[in-house]
Amino acid sequence: MHSPVKPLGGHAVASAPTNSFVSMIVQHHLFRPLAALALLLLVDLLLIPGFFHVEIKDGHLYGSLIDIANRAAPLILAAIGMTLVIATRGIDISVGAVVAISGTVASTMIGGTMVMNNGVPEYVANTPMVWAICAAMGAALLCGAWNGFLVARMGLQPIVATLILMVAGRGLAQLMTDGQIVTVYYQPFFFLGSGYLFGIPFSLYIVAAVFIVTFLLMQKTALGLFIQSVGINPVAARLAGIKTAVLIFFVYVFCGACAGVSGLMISSNIKSADANNAGLLLELDAILAVTLGGTSLAGGKFSLAGSVIGALIIQTLTYTIYSIGLPPEVNMVVKSAVVFLVCISQSAEFKNMWRRAFPARKKGNAQ
Amino acid sequence: MSAVMNTPTASTPKKTGSMMSSPYFTSLVTVALLVVLLVAGGAAYPGFLSVQVMLNLLIDNAFLLVIAVGMSFVILSGGIDLSVGSVLALTTMVSAWMLQTWHAPPVLVIGVSLAIGAGFGAAMGAIIHYFKLQPFIVTLAGMFLARGLCYLISINSISIEDPFFVAMSQTQIPLGEEAFISPGALIAIVMLVGAIYVAHCTPFGRAIYAVGGNEQSALMMGLRVARTKILIYAFSGFCAALAGVLFSFYMLSGYGLHAQGTELDAIAAVVIGGTLLTGGYGYVAGALSGVLVLGTIQTLIAFDGTLSSWWTKIVIGGLLFIFCVVQRLMAMGAAKK
Amino acid sequence: MSKLAQAPVLALHGISKGFPGVQALSGVALNLYPGEVHTLMGQNGAGKSTLIKVLTGVYTPDAGEILLEGQAIHPTSTLDAQNLGISTVYQEVNLCPNLSVAENIFIGRYPRKLGRIDWASMQQQATALLERMQIRIDVTQPLEQYPLAIQQMVAISRALLVSAKVLILDEPTSSLDEKEVDLLFSVLRGLREQGMAILFVTHFLDQTYAISDRITVMRNGQLEGEYLCSDLSRLELVNKMVGAPAATPDSSAAESRPVAGVGQQLKSFLRTRGLGRKGALTPMDLDIHEGELLGFAGLLGSGRTEAARLLFGADKADTGTIEIDGKAMSFHSPRDAIAAGIGFCSEDRKHEGAILELSVRENLILALQARNGLLRAIPMKRQQQLAEQYVKALGIKTASIETAIGTLSGGNQQKVLLARWLATDPKLMILDEPTRGIDVRAKQEIMDYVSALCRKGMSILFISSELPEVLRVSDRIVVMRDRKAGGEYPRGALDETSVLHVIAAGDTAGESAHA
Repeated sequence: MHSPVKPLGGHAVASAPTNSFVSMIVQHHLFRPLAALALLLLVDLLLIPGFFHVEIKDGHLYGSLIDIANRAAPLILAAIGMTLVIATRGIDISVGAVVAISGTVASTMIGGTMVMNNGVPEYVANTPMVWAICAAMGAALLCGAWNGFLVARMGLQPIVATLILMVAGRGLAQLMTDGQIVTVYYQPFFFLGSGYLFGIPFSLYIVAAVFIVTFLLMQKTALGLFIQSVGINPVAARLAGIKTAVLIFFVYVFCGACAGVSGLMISSNIKSADANNAGLLLELDAILAVTLGGTSLAGGKFSLAGSVIGALIIQTLTYTIYSIGLPPEVNMVVKSAVVFLVCISQSAEFKNMWRRAFPARKKGNAQ
Repeated sequence: MSAVMNTPTASTPKKTGSMMSSPYFTSLVTVALLVVLLVAGGAAYPGFLSVQVMLNLLIDNAFLLVIAVGMSFVILSGGIDLSVGSVLALTTMVSAWMLQTWHAPPVLVIGVSLAIGAGFGAAMGAIIHYFKLQPFIVTLAGMFLARGLCYLISINSISIEDPFFVAMSQTQIPLGEEAFISPGALIAIVMLVGAIYVAHCTPFGRAIYAVGGNEQSALMMGLRVARTKILIYAFSGFCAALAGVLFSFYMLSGYGLHAQGTELDAIAAVVIGGTLLTGGYGYVAGALSGVLVLGTIQTLIAFDGTLSSWWTKIVIGGLLFIFCVVQRLMAMGAAKK
Repeated sequence: MSKLAQAPVLALHGISKGFPGVQALSGVALNLYPGEVHTLMGQNGAGKSTLIKVLTGVYTPDAGEILLEGQAIHPTSTLDAQNLGISTVYQEVNLCPNLSVAENIFIGRYPRKLGRIDWASMQQQATALLERMQIRIDVTQPLEQYPLAIQQMVAISRALLVSAKVLILDEPTSSLDEKEVDLLFSVLRGLREQGMAILFVTHFLDQTYAISDRITVMRNGQLEGEYLCSDLSRLELVNKMVGAPAATPDSSAAESRPVAGVGQQLKSFLRTRGLGRKGALTPMDLDIHEGELLGFAGLLGSGRTEAARLLFGADKADTGTIEIDGKAMSFHSPRDAIAAGIGFCSEDRKHEGAILELSVRENLILALQARNGLLRAIPMKRQQQLAEQYVKALGIKTASIETAIGTLSGGNQQKVLLARWLATDPKLMILDEPTRGIDVRAKQEIMDYVSALCRKGMSILFISSELPEVLRVSDRIVVMRDRKAGGEYPRGALDETSVLHVIAAGDTAGESAHA
C-alpha cells in the first residue's frame, strides 16, 4: 500500500550511474592519504633534484626514499600500535615515555665494555643482547598492561590514565640513566636500527614484520571485527557477547609493545639511550599519523595501511622541508596546519556547513 | 491519599551522604598533604621551614601558578589545554624580539603579548566549540603551532636587555626584615585571588561549573555556552601569556625551548589540587595547593641532595595516579547507590 | 465542571508532522486548561513524544497551529518555548548535578548585590520556593546527592521561577518508586490548586487514574479522544490505547501449530524464582519450557524488557535464582547467558543491536563469532554462506551482504539482528519488540519464521505491545503490569478483551495459579 520506506541511518545510497571505476577509487578509504603522499612526492620531484634517485653503494640501497622510510620506521611502529587504541575510542599519550624506558633498559643492560681479544680491542655486552632486548620488551609490555588496567578495569578516561605514565615514565627512564646519555658500544646492537640486510635497511624488515603480523591478526582472527564493534557501539558489542574489557586491555598492551620495539630501534639508531629526548613528542606524531591515515579519533573502523601512509607523509614532510632549505621548525607549523585541516574536514559540523553552502542536487530522489 | 509532606525522604541526602564525595574532600586532602610534606621537610632538614624558603616556593613557581589558574578554568569546564607551555614560550620570544629588534616600550610589548595569548586561546576555543572537536586534539595542534612560530622568529635564544625587564627581574619587595618577594609572585597571587572571585561570585564563573557538570543541560537552561567556552580558552591563553611575561622577567630571554612540558606540570598541579579532570568539580584555589605541593617536592629533593631530580617526575606521576584513582573509586562508589 | 468554561491556556489544532517513510502525527488536537492535570497517553509509536517535541520547539509542525493564551506561537527551540512560558521537565532531569540545589534553580538569573552573586539571598529564595512545594532540604548541597524525585522537584521549581504558564512532565515517574511518586503527585496537586496547567505524559495506568483530571489518548499518530478521567474506565482506556481487537489477519499460522502443552508434560528449560531488581522489576517467578513460545503481554513500561534483560545477564539481578536444565546458573554478563544457549534481540536496535557502520555479514555473524572466541575466526566462505542463507530465509532486502547495515530500512535491520541470534542456534530466544516500527509484510515474515522455529524445539520469549500478535502466536502468556507479573494464562484462556481486563485491573479472576 505504501511506498518503500527510505533507508534509515541518513546515508545516501549511491545511485546506479556512479559505480564507475573512478568513483570506486576515489571512495576507497586509502585514497585521500595516498593522494596526499603523492602530492608531497610530486613537490619533491619538482623542487629537489635527484630525489627519486636510488643507487647501490657498498652493497646498500641509498637514496632519499630509503632514507625517509628508514627514519620513519619508529614512527610507523608507534602508529600501528596507536591505531588499535584509537579504534576502541581510546588514546595513549604515554608512547614517548615507553620508548624512552625501553631504549634505556636495553642500553644500560648492554652497554659495552672493552676487552682485549688477541690484542684487538673488542666490545662485549654487559648482558647478552637477547636478554637485554627481552627485558626491554618486558618493561614495555608492563607499561602497556598498566595503561590497560587503568582504562579497562578501573574505568579511567584513556587520556587521564595514559597521562600518568607519560609524566612518571620519562622520570623513571631518567632515573635509570641519571639523566646522562648512556652510550652503547656493542656492535651487533646497532644492526637493529642501522643495519642492512640484502641491501635494505633492517629496520624496514622489522616494520614489515610487525605490520604483517598485525594485519594477519586482524584479518585471520576475529580481533579486527571485535575492535571495530567495540569502537563503534560498545553497548551492542557487549550484548553480542564480546569481552569488551579484555579487548581494551589487550590493545593497550599491544600499543606498549609497539612502542617498545620503536624504542629499541631509536636507541640502536643513535647508539645510545637518551632518556631526556628519545621519543619526545612521538605520541603526538603517532596520533597525527593515525588521523591522517583515515582512522577517526571517535573510534570504529580503522586502517593499518592508512596509519603507515600517514607516518610516511609526516616523515616525507619533514624531509621535504629540510631539503628545500626551510628551517626545520617550519615543520611544526605545517604539522599543526595539517592537523587542523584534517580534523575540521572530518567533523560532522563542517560537513553540514559544506552541505548547506553547496547543496547537492540529487536526481530523482525525493528530499 | 493525603500525603503529608513535611520533609519526606529528602531531609538527609540519600545517595552518598558522606563527606567523602564532596569536592571539599579532595581539596582538603591536598592541603593536608602539603602540611605533611612541609612538616616532614622541616623535621628532616634544618632551615627548611624558614620564611624565605617558603616564599621561594612561590617566587620560583609564580609562572606555573598563573598557568595553573588558567588551566583550572579549562579543566573545570570539562576541557583541557595542552598549548599553554608553547604559548608561554611564544610570548617570551615575541617579547624578546620586540624589545631587542624594535626597542619597543615594555608596556606595549606586554600588552601585545597578552593580546596574542588571549587571541590564540579564543581561536582554539571557537574551533573546539563550533566544530565540536575534542579539546585535546585542537590544543595539541595549537601546541605545535605556537612552538613552531617561536622557532620561526628565531631558533636561538634572544637575550632581553630592556631596563624595565631587568629591573623586574632583580626587584625584591621586602616583607618584614629578612624576607622578600618578587613582583612576579605578587602578580600571580593577584591573578589567583581574581580568579577565585570570578569562579565563585560571578555568573560567568558559575557557568564554567555548569558547562563542566553537564554541557547539554547548561545549554537547555539557557546559558551562553559558546561564549563561555571561548572565553575560558581565551583566559587560559591569557594566563599562558602572562606566565610568559613573568618567565621573561625571570630568565631575561626568549627561547623556543622554554617551558617544555609545563602544560603537564600545570595539569598535574590542578588535578593534585583536587579538581577532577572530567570537569565540574574542584576549586580554583586548588591550583595554589597543587603548585605548592609540586614545588615542595622539588625543594625537598633538592635539599636532600642525594636523590636525583628525576624523582620529581616519578613522584608527581605517582601522586597523579593516586588522586585519579581515588577520585574514580569514589565516583564508582557513588554510582553504585 | 466549570473548568471547561474557561478558555484553554494551550490549544493545538490540526498538528501534523511527517518524516521520510512515516507520518508521526496527523491532525492532532489538544486542549489544556489552567488548574488541571491533563495526561497524555498512548503506546509506543502513538506520537506522544513527537507531540511534546512539537510543543517544545524541537520540531516544527508541517501543519496546524499552537495557541498559547489565544496567541499563535512558533517555538524554535526548547529555550524559546521556555521563554514563551512552556516549561518541560524530562525523565532525565536536565540540570547540572555538580551544582547546588539553589544554584540549579537560579542559574542564569542570579540575585545580585554590588555586582556579585548574592548567595545568601539565593539560598533563602530557593528554600522558600521549595517550601511552597512542601519540601525542606539543604539547598547548598550538590544536586546529585538527592534522589531523582527531589531532583525533579528542583527542576519543577526552576520551571516555575521562569513563571511558566504550562508545565509539561515527560515520563517523570519511570525511575521513581512508590513513595517518590506520591511526593511528586502531592506537589502537582498543590500546583494545580494554584492554577497551573499541567500536561503529564506517562504510560502507567494506576498513576494516570491517581492524578489526572482529563486524559487525551493517542494512537498511531492520531487523536483517539479527549476524556474526563471520571468518564473513562480503565478498560475503555486500554482499549483505546491498543485499538479495538483487530480482525486476525492470518490465524492459520498460529492455529496450525500443535498446541504444545496439551496432554504432554513439557520439559522445563529455564526456571527462575524471585528474579528482581530494585527500581526495575518486582521479584517474579517464571518457567519456560522447551519448544514453547511464551508471550509477555503488557503495556510499555510494565517491566517486560527489564525481566528479559535480567534473564540475559544484561543487567544484574538483585534477587532470585535462575536454573537451566536443572542446573543453577548466575549470569554476570551476556556472555554467560549466551554460553547457556540464550539469545537476546533487544528492542532498541539502533543503540543496542546494530553496529551501523559494519556490513550486514559482519553484524550477522557477530554473536556467533563472539561465542567462538577470538582465535577461531569463522572462515570467510562460511560467513558468506551463513549471511546468504539468512538473507534468503528471512527475506532481507539488501544490495549485498557487504552493504553497511545502517543503510537498510528498520525492518531489514531487525531481520539481520534476528539472524545474528539465530545463527548461534540458541535454545531460548528472547525477542523484545521484534516487530516494532516495521511494515506489515516484514512483520508477518518474521513472525512466521519465529513460529516455525518453535516447532523445531526452540523456546521463545516473545515480548510485544501488540496484543493481537501476542495472542496469536503464544502458547502461554504472562501479563506484566507496572513492573510486576500479573498472571499466567495458557493459550485459549485469553482473548483480547480479557487480556485488557487483566492489564487494566491487575489481579483478577482468571489468574491461573502457577507452579
